[in-house]
Amino acid sequence: MNIPLTIKETQDGLKSKKFSAVELVDAYLAQIKKYNSEYNIFLTVTEELAYAKAKEIDRGDKTSHLAGVIVSYKDIFLTKGVRTTAGSKILESYIPPYSATSVSRIEAAGAIPIGKLNCDAFAHGSSGENSDFGVTKNPWNKEYVSGGSSSGSGAVLSANMSLISTGTDTCGSIRLPANYNYAVSLKPTYGAVSRYGVIAMASSLDTVGPLGRTVDDVETVFNVIKGVDGLDGTVTNSKFVTHNAKFRIGIPKEFLVGGIDKEIEKNIQDVINTLKSENVEFVDVSLPTTKYGISTYYIIQPAEVSSNLGRYDGIRYGNDRNSFGEEAKRRIMLGSYVLSAGYYDAFYEKAMKVRTKIISEVDEVFDKVDALIAPVAPTPAFKIGEKADDPLTMYLTDIYAATANLCGIPSIAIPSGFSKNELPLGFQLMAGRFNEDILFKLGKMYETKTNYKPKTAF
Amino acid sequence: MKKYINIIGLEIHIEPNTKSKMFCSCPQNHFGAKPNSQTCPICLGLPGALPFANKEAINKTIKLGLALGCEISKICKFYRKHYFYPDLPKSYQISQKDNPFCVGGSLMGKKINHIHLEEDAGKLLHRGKESLIDFNRSGCALIEIVTEPVFNTVSEVLSFVKELQLIARYLDISNADMEKGTMRLEANISLRPTSGVGSDSPEVDDLPDYKVELKNINSFKFLEKALVAEIDRQAKALDNGQELKQETRGYDEKTKTTFSQRIKTDSDDYRYFPEPDIPPINSTEYIVHSTKIPELPEQKRKRFAEEYKLSKDYVEILISDLTRADYFEQAVKLAPDLTKSIADLMINKNMDNEYPEPAGLVAKLYALSHMQYAGNDETENATKQVLSENPDIITSYKNGKGQVVGFLIGQVQKKLKGNGNPKEISVKLLEILRR
Repeated sequence: MNIPLTIKETQDGLKSKKFSAVELVDAYLAQIKKYNSEYNIFLTVTEELAYAKAKEIDRGDKTSHLAGVIVSYKDIFLTKGVRTTAGSKILESYIPPYSATSVSRIEAAGAIPIGKLNCDAFAHGSSGENSDFGVTKNPWNKEYVSGGSSSGSGAVLSANMSLISTGTDTCGSIRLPANYNYAVSLKPTYGAVSRYGVIAMASSLDTVGPLGRTVDDVETVFNVIKGVDGLDGTVTNSKFVTHNAKFRIGIPKEFLVGGIDKEIEKNIQDVINTLKSENVEFVDVSLPTTKYGISTYYIIQPAEVSSNLGRYDGIRYGNDRNSFGEEAKRRIMLGSYVLSAGYYDAFYEKAMKVRTKIISEVDEVFDKVDALIAPVAPTPAFKIGEKADDPLTMYLTDIYAATANLCGIPSIAIPSGFSKNELPLGFQLMAGRFNEDILFKLGKMYETKTNYKPKTAF
Repeated sequence: MKKYINIIGLEIHIEPNTKSKMFCSCPQNHFGAKPNSQTCPICLGLPGALPFANKEAINKTIKLGLALGCEISKICKFYRKHYFYPDLPKSYQISQKDNPFCVGGSLMGKKINHIHLEEDAGKLLHRGKESLIDFNRSGCALIEIVTEPVFNTVSEVLSFVKELQLIARYLDISNADMEKGTMRLEANISLRPTSGVGSDSPEVDDLPDYKVELKNINSFKFLEKALVAEIDRQAKALDNGQELKQETRGYDEKTKTTFSQRIKTDSDDYRYFPEPDIPPINSTEYIVHSTKIPELPEQKRKRFAEEYKLSKDYVEILISDLTRADYFEQAVKLAPDLTKSIADLMINKNMDNEYPEPAGLVAKLYALSHMQYAGNDETENATKQVLSENPDIITSYKNGKGQVVGFLIGQVQKKLKGNGNPKEISVKLLEILRR
């Protein structure tokens, strides 16, 4: 059968009995069996669970929001009774006794879980090359990376092995894999979605978000997972803002300076023109302190990482600390250093102060505009191994991502074409906190105007 | 002639009697529970688990701060305090540092530095070459009171700790029982030479350059012995010109001396930073709920001495147990002329144990002192009143529930201010009930 590419197609098909949920699972599993060993997308496939859930859906209610939707989770989402590795040898045989809030909510809404996805170990990375279980290859071209750290979450969609997936974004890790795979993804407002049950990387920066093939699908999943759960103390607000007036988008001048790939530059301009033709106003804005974003991020993030990785002592679960990969060790050392007595004031505290400045500057800009537009990365996907030797080069991919995480603002990544190498291109839109509605509306506007159709590599 | 001044500061941990632990909904009370029977992903530090602050614990901390005259910080923050130890599952303890709930304050004239809230670690049990970890205590809420180094005598320390325990009980924030571990004490002790001959007030203002931490003391008796032993040890060492090490010591009851547990050369680097998983807390909403501080022990002491003209000893016995203090006052309200007798019967004969209702005790007193009981008419009126106020009880009696008579006798006795003749009340009641 032809695997349906959207939630609506899937649910229409199930309701009209064009196919059954079990047949869907058959088709997805066939796809996985055919391509997974080559592309290294899934670390664990939950065949039995998928069939059990599919039979339930076939027998009963098909009206819940995600009924019959095949879902796969980045392997840092805890799934009760199902191995969760965080892409690291430390947890290579860890079976959690509970599930993440977002996982429970997705499954309570009728979704069919099909497996756990490869990622950079402990979410450290932006290409997928830091996974302790090998890199996930890009289905559009297997010599290229899939982006990271949620590498499997992006690849699974372009490989047509899942209908939706979940990821986490600490500095672009949901947006980049979507961008490199021709998929849509949302990095929500910090505090919109519970992080309970998701292995923590950098607690003040981590966000949990959905990936899908259309803005509609991503919005549907977001509505299922968002909101207070009484377990994550940073999720206190469930009031999201609706937007009805004409839209105004800011173009940050600091983001389109030298170093950006010419194709991406042209592609962003095309996107701007498309939206202009829909009566969206564009203005130039300036975010001068965002240039400090990367240094700020690379002090705060390792500090919190070093703290969050302390619990992996091999006593209650997992392997001992010798199983940490190189990147994890790098961040633990850097993080411990910037928090140490004598350096805390100069590094961590200073970085938090700069962060506050960046936040207030960005907040002020959102008084004047509804959204900001930017590339997701300075280049399209690159070849595996091309940048992995030099950590500093990899860090540059974080430029466009860091602003949203430092400020806790939402960002949506949307596909907008292909490069001459036939690799996906895309853009991101950012909005003020709890203004996801603006992003969904603008995204749908763009999809409609360009007659957007979901695409998979195979 | 005293050669040294004792400089003692205290760190007191109190386990508040909240329903749940500090950051999860496991039970806070772990006394006697089977090992690892009260745990969850949060207090086990499993991957993905997050802390959620217990409001009741915060309330109790602020209540204690208000009772001790502390300033309640407007914005309060939790911090991560990092160190590796098998009983600390996250490898950091969530505690406080720069913005504790309560700052300053004092008790019995002794200054308090601050009061903060934190979580406890698990318990280690050493068995030969094995060490077992019980995580029941991991994540339990702990209130920590840190005093300034302002104690100079052992008796000052004991009085302070006993008064703090009483306040904790009065506020109903904890039973603060040293034997059960709901109150734990650490004392920091150093000695400073006094200046000149015949003078016992020091000229030098600085604190000594070392301090010895006394830990793992679990009773008032041991506290006294340990402090005395340690002060003695330090004085002897200084007399011999020895330098004293910064260290942690425990008390050995067998040898009646303190012994070294750990040498502390530098202060530990805990790499503190504000806990990102718990947003800063605005204390204003808590203070609104907590400003009703009940009468504290010192106020009750003064009042009992003035109002009831009791001796200091009698007052102390009565006020050291809130239930007994209340019982005493209720009894006195019924028979103000018998105040002294009531106190005598309670303190010397523990008669409040025999009579759960103060009215009963008073009745017994009247009987013992052969005083006149209430008259016939008075008794009849009181009986009729009680019955009209409790119509359901009459129905119960008629339906065969004979035991309600006991309750009714108590109510009539109350109306007669304990002055009723129990036999007569019983007769009158049954007379009316059987009609």
